[in-house]
Amino acid sequence: MRHIISILLENEAGALSRVAGLFSARGYNIETLTVAPTEDPSLSRMTIVTKGSEDVIEQITKHLNRLIEVVKVVDLSEGAHIERELMLVKVRATGKEREEMKRMAEIFRGRIIDVTDKAYTIELTGDVAKLDAFIEGIDRALILETVRTGVSGIGRGERVLKV
Amino acid sequence: MSSTEELTGAEIVVRCLQEEKVEHVVGYPGGAVLYIYDALFNQDSVKHILVRHEQGAVHAADAYSRSSDKTGVCLVTSGPGVTNAVTGIATAYLDSIPMVVLTGQVPTHAIGLDAFQECDTVGITRPIVKHNFLVKDVRDLAATLKKAFYIARTGRPGPVLVDIPKDVSAKKTAFHYPADVAMRSYTPVVKGHAGQIKKAVQMILTAKRPMIYTGGGVILSDSSAELNQLVDMLGYPCTNTLMGLGAFKATDRKFVGMPGMHGTYEANLAMQNCDVLVAIGARFDDRVIGNPADFAKHQRQIIHIDIDPSSISKRVKVDVPIVGDVKDVMQEVIRQIKASDIKPDAVALDAWWRQIEEWRSRDCLSYDRASEKIKPQYVVEKLWELTNGDAFVTSDVGQHQMWAAQFYKFDKPRRWINSGGLGTMGVGLPYAMGVQMAHPDATVACITGEASIQMCIQELSTCKQYRLPVKLLNLNNGYLGMVRQWQQIEYGSRYSESYVEALPDFVKLAESYGHVGMQITRPRDVEGAIREALKLKDRTVFMDFLTDPAENVWPMVQAGKGLTQMLLGSEEL
Repeated sequence: MRHIISILLENEAGALSRVAGLFSARGYNIETLTVAPTEDPSLSRMTIVTKGSEDVIEQITKHLNRLIEVVKVVDLSEGAHIERELMLVKVRATGKEREEMKRMAEIFRGRIIDVTDKAYTIELTGDVAKLDAFIEGIDRALILETVRTGVSGIGRGERVLKV
Repeated sequence: MSSTEELTGAEIVVRCLQEEKVEHVVGYPGGAVLYIYDALFNQDSVKHILVRHEQGAVHAADAYSRSSDKTGVCLVTSGPGVTNAVTGIATAYLDSIPMVVLTGQVPTHAIGLDAFQECDTVGITRPIVKHNFLVKDVRDLAATLKKAFYIARTGRPGPVLVDIPKDVSAKKTAFHYPADVAMRSYTPVVKGHAGQIKKAVQMILTAKRPMIYTGGGVILSDSSAELNQLVDMLGYPCTNTLMGLGAFKATDRKFVGMPGMHGTYEANLAMQNCDVLVAIGARFDDRVIGNPADFAKHQRQIIHIDIDPSSISKRVKVDVPIVGDVKDVMQEVIRQIKASDIKPDAVALDAWWRQIEEWRSRDCLSYDRASEKIKPQYVVEKLWELTNGDAFVTSDVGQHQMWAAQFYKFDKPRRWINSGGLGTMGVGLPYAMGVQMAHPDATVACITGEASIQMCIQELSTCKQYRLPVKLLNLNNGYLGMVRQWQQIEYGSRYSESYVEALPDFVKLAESYGHVGMQITRPRDVEGAIREALKLKDRTVFMDFLTDPAENVWPMVQAGKGLTQMLLGSEEL
């Protein structure tokens, strides 16, 4: 099962490697990992997408909690939540493909944020499936470069993760 | 404590150690820690013990913690000082031993430049410490050391490392040692969940075939008195793991021996056939429960009390988990048992004990007492007798470790000091040193083997310098005994690289270090030799017992097998 784990941790040097090291040392899987400081600069918020049985996920959250710098851990997938990922795609945009690419970006509610004679850079946000669908929807041969941030997640409604 | 005058980082380190009432630091100097050594030179309250190899320093500090209620401290330099210390740190980590490791680092401006004796200490040690710090600003030093001691000994204990760059130990700042530590990210639980405890008590009192299984957690939390009280009031059978020996008095009939791979027949069968298993400060290690699938096949309800939630349901699913300090939870359990109207089912308990006594009558630890060769078990038994069961005993790792655990009946906690989790050969002698530092007047014996002892034998020199009168019992069978035993049983007796040729003359070796050496070759001389050694109260004595090379540790549960699939002796091979 895919799980989205949100972590609040002290914004200190080395905290990220403790988390990453825990996953590799215990053989847990990381699909994506994003981290940045929160509105309180002493805290970082991390989102990890991982896969594992219920037992494994339970161990992951317990071990994360054991790390001294980790303040809070929540498995977002246990409740209603929203997830978003940002993708930047640079595509070849010449001839008839130029118009087609613009149309695709509009359909996916993307924005073209950089333009040259030969290329567009498209910014897209959405859940993983939407970004995957965009990649599937365009001609692969036209993709020059893609960069994805990995998933960020937040609970729905009043559910908050805060100190 | 504060002082208005400015102190150097090195002086702050020493002041912090004094604030923590640290009496001994075990270490080895080098370039990056010279300011700290200079600060140590100018005072008397913290005594430094100079070892011969950093591994020995960490093991000694580790045993200092294991055998007392204090936190061991060691001090090593950067680079190779740290890498030599790694084995010791991992050893302490795997057994959850509180310890503070101070390491020197190259100056902050040189970090990352592949400077002389530089290594990424925090990176290398990250997976084998409870926590570690790199102090980049001298103003953070005192507060960091305060946190290090606090983290090391609270919650599930463990080693904490503080890496101090050379320029940080030289810079000056005002000294202030905080009285308390408040960390929003670290707040260990103490009290167990009231509802869960209630449920557990109910289950304990209505059990027909109860079994109390305890591990190192009972010793680490200093709750041996509570365990003895609990077992005595219930009259239930009790087993202590390798890490938990001494938590319950081993000479009591209710003690059924150690469980696991080399556990007793009665302990393993009781673990498997009980209907309620009360696990306290134990972690269902693979060496204790054998194959987890086989263990889970037997229907029983499991109560698990542990301070670390990640130990619960890690290898074995439990029915009533209780997260909390073992001492606190046991006190509450005892209080509720006393207050309860339910009394244990005497008839069922009697039948259960008759079953256990039948298992016990197999006498699974018997060995050939008429042998012409010295049996290693006999040496341990004699040591137990001649020290009235009251010595501190350290061991290395291998067959001799198992014989020590099986045949020395520990009635008190913190008397049995060994590397259970990591299984580190070479710990025995530095462990004995650390114990002797914490208990200068006590009898400290190190049961070792000719292979293990050579992994840290240089520390005989430290014993001489500091007059640490430890008694070494070398069960010398000429083989890497446990390896040879596995090769005999699982690898068709192909003794690949397990025979140790060209052993030193241990008597001369001991003598060359300034100690007393003895070699004992006949069973009838064993007792006399141990007596003589124990009489030499102020000398380090090395007893080299030439023991039966073919002797094996029984019972044995082979790797991957279930607990009840025990081999009881060579005749079953």
